Amino acid sequence: MTRPFLSVENLVVHFPTPDGVVRATDGLSYTVEPGKTLGIVGESGSGKSVSSSAILGLHRNTSAQVSGRIWLDDVDLLTLSDKDMQARRGKDVAMIFQDPLSALHPYYTIGDQVAEAYRVHNNVSRKAARDRAIEMLDRVGIPNPKLRVDDYPHQFSGGMRQRAMIAMALINDPQLLIADEPTTALDVTVQAQILDLLQDLQSEFKTALIMITHDLGVIAEVADEVLVMYAGRAVEYGTTKQLLTAPSMPYTLGLIQSVPDLSSDVNEPLRPIPGNPPSLLDPPSGCAFAPRCTFKHLVADGLPDTVMPELEEIAPGHLRRCHLKEHDLSKLTPLAVGDVA
Amino acid sequence: MSGPLLEVKDLTMHFPIRSRGLIPRTVGHVPAVDGVSFSINAGEALGLVGESGSGKSTTGRLITRLHQPTSGQIIFDGQDIAQWSSRQMKPLRRDIQMIFQDPYTSLNPRHTVGEIIGAPLEIHKLVPKQGRLRRVQELLEIVGLNPEHYNRYPHEFSGGQRQRIGIARALTMQPRLLVADEPVSALDVSIQAQIINLMKDLQKEFNIAFLFIAHDLAIVRHFCPQIAVMYLGKIVENAPREELYTNPQHGYTRALLSAVPDMRQATVGGRRERIRYVAGQEEITPATAS
Amino acid sequence: MLAFVIRRILVGVAMIVVMIFVVFALFFANGNPAINQCGKYCTPEKLAEITGLLGYDKSIPEQFGSFTVGLVAGRDFPVNDEYRQALIDNGFENRIIHCDAPCLGYSQSDQKTVNQLLVKAAGPTLSLAIVSFLIWIFFGVLIGVLAAVNKGRWLDRIVVGSTLVVYALPVFVIGTFFLQYVAIKWQLYPYPRFEALKEPADIIPWLTGILLPALTLALFFMAAYVRYTRAFVLESMSEDYIRTARSKGLPERTVLFKHGLRAALTPLVTLAGLDFASLLAGAIITESVFNYQGMGALAVKANNNHDLPVLIGLVIVGATAVIVMNIIVDILYAYIDPRVRVTK
Repeated sequence: MTRPFLSVENLVVHFPTPDGVVRATDGLSYTVEPGKTLGIVGESGSGKSVSSSAILGLHRNTSAQVSGRIWLDDVDLLTLSDKDMQARRGKDVAMIFQDPLSALHPYYTIGDQVAEAYRVHNNVSRKAARDRAIEMLDRVGIPNPKLRVDDYPHQFSGGMRQRAMIAMALINDPQLLIADEPTTALDVTVQAQILDLLQDLQSEFKTALIMITHDLGVIAEVADEVLVMYAGRAVEYGTTKQLLTAPSMPYTLGLIQSVPDLSSDVNEPLRPIPGNPPSLLDPPSGCAFAPRCTFKHLVADGLPDTVMPELEEIAPGHLRRCHLKEHDLSKLTPLAVGDVA
Repeated sequence: MSGPLLEVKDLTMHFPIRSRGLIPRTVGHVPAVDGVSFSINAGEALGLVGESGSGKSTTGRLITRLHQPTSGQIIFDGQDIAQWSSRQMKPLRRDIQMIFQDPYTSLNPRHTVGEIIGAPLEIHKLVPKQGRLRRVQELLEIVGLNPEHYNRYPHEFSGGQRQRIGIARALTMQPRLLVADEPVSALDVSIQAQIINLMKDLQKEFNIAFLFIAHDLAIVRHFCPQIAVMYLGKIVENAPREELYTNPQHGYTRALLSAVPDMRQATVGGRRERIRYVAGQEEITPATAS
Repeated sequence: MLAFVIRRILVGVAMIVVMIFVVFALFFANGNPAINQCGKYCTPEKLAEITGLLGYDKSIPEQFGSFTVGLVAGRDFPVNDEYRQALIDNGFENRIIHCDAPCLGYSQSDQKTVNQLLVKAAGPTLSLAIVSFLIWIFFGVLIGVLAAVNKGRWLDRIVVGSTLVVYALPVFVIGTFFLQYVAIKWQLYPYPRFEALKEPADIIPWLTGILLPALTLALFFMAAYVRYTRAFVLESMSEDYIRTARSKGLPERTVLFKHGLRAALTPLVTLAGLDFASLLAGAIITESVFNYQGMGALAVKANNNHDLPVLIGLVIVGATAVIVMNIIVDILYAYIDPRVRVTK
């Protein structure tokens, strides 16, 4: 196998809406290997969730226009028939979502829903599926699984519900797991437990994991490699250490600087990124981040506003989409935040 | 004025549990807030951190008297307002205001921004009609919005801008105490910093005391020199910021701090050691799932 | 769950008692009803006969008392003791009417107890209610689901447009169309006549007789239920748990029926229960168009004759039907949605 296990190539997802075409992603590419975790970082409007929904084929039968290639184990998922894709969904690739309360059907028991994921892909009796569901609930750390398997989602706490969702996603031993903001709705101690659980299960099953989040701390703790998205495109890609200690793209740097952590200087005001994320209906021509960039003055006049920079490899495994010539941002002097036009 | 602006003593809020038998009766209560005490001086900020079920949001609502406490004292400016009627509370609503978490649902979508911000002016009738528009525009400018936008509706603004509108509304009557209940949790990460900076500037400029309720320990640390940690309705630790973060005393505080995802882990590599908290005991491993 | 049910039933019974009281007060608020019932060509003897027969000369609380007693233990007519005695003395004992519990009263114009009249009218009304209910629920939900799944496309547009037209058409227009054109003029269907269902062999004639009026009524409700179903299904299909169901690899058919429709059921059940209850009190216009002697027709006749006991009886039956259906709907709702159920 010459290709990486998961390889997304030039993914384009557009949604026609009454207000115009929403360009959710435009030419996105990344790879993931088994047993490794790719963190995808972005804010609202970055397109981070849309691309992963495309991997699962959830865009089919909607008005979305998708092109590009998504290779999973040497098969291009986008070329599969609906039936073939459906056979893989939940079996070879699975997804867990942000809010486990709304993501679970309120009228069916946890056991029913978890077992259903198993029965869809395996021709077994209801009892066998139920036993397997209990086994998975136990595996994800839910106490008294034999009793709780018949409880309804509203009878579980938030952390337990997310564990149940993980059980449901992993019940068929998928090779790829996509976690879309799995801990955002949870308390911080519960979040830590869920992240630990995911990492334990990953090392046991050698699952490839895509962790979508806006929380750089989560990225730091969980991801091997990071993809930073802005306005539907990848703007920086590299190892976690590279990106968090020596980011090369101003947006990444801006994100890191705007988030306080437990060791930042409390007397210094936070350094927010000025302005707002762009609308995907009408993305700006040229570099999408230019209107908010504090390093823009160091690039030839007019260039960032008219020409979209290409993704280039500035070091082995470290890619960046930026017009700046310098790779090491610590050597440059940005404008003060208030001075950005 | 001597003494703290706000002093809370043994504040308790019990929500009744109704049994659903043939005849509904109250069979017990949930002590959402269970004997909480703290104080805030004028112009200072106290952070209140905890997870869901800790009672921090309920405490915030008790301070602003959106609920009536079961027992305890809320002494604001020397007067105990804990059991005051809504009529007695009315003039005090100028002094104590609240900023809410969700900028998408806390603004009435059918009111213009000017109506939202100007509503307190209308209710308290302290400013004559002609002066109201001017005050609204003044406030819009203070929070960093365009004063000409007073006729627009909330849906025409982004999340961060809507939160600024909420803050402007809270500032209308020149409050002395602001209770901010998770003011930035619903916002994008890069916008959160904008709002935090804004609130810090406003605090300094208008000498407003803050009760900053949040679950994000890093943000609370940035804003508040004094921080109280809540667990199951009680305050388990209340310390100045540096002490709390470098030398936490209570087991729960330590568990909380060990759970916060930290960007520095990227340089350290590997996985962090988690400290588990079980009520009544210190560090134990493994924890029961929650 | 049991406590929940018992509580609802007790509350329901209390509501029925209060309602009977209110009905009584309403009807007797206008003085002696015997005068109205006597009609245009009233003679003092006829007036006295009506008053004595039905006891209209007693005070209202007394009348309510006798009514209540009659509900529980039965009563005799004429109410006036002297009249009864006179009948016995003259050997006309068999002319005394014994009305068994629960006695709802006696109709002077029809010379029958209200209970007898209601039982006779129940046949057409129940048949109409049940058959039209089944038709409108089955087709309404089916078409509604189809429209929701094809939202925006031509099928959906046709459905939305035509439901509006059908809903706007008055029931008597649809009914008359069926009767005059489909049955009579074009002879597409045998003339609708109510055939009572006494034995299983009667089913075909019964069904044939009830189909046109049932369809008339059903079309009206169907239009509404297509729209309701469409809206509820669209809403539930946009929920997060649908995305989860799809991401598990479930076929779209399962996602729609097992996950989407189930969630849409709860509001539908509530609406259907209440609409069905309203039909149990009689469909006045439909019965009148097709000349079916159900409770609707009975109500019209009683109103024209100022036949108070019958009217009181009809109101009580109708209101009881609504209260009972409410309780059933509540119980069904708790069965479908586990969040509503009470946990210890």
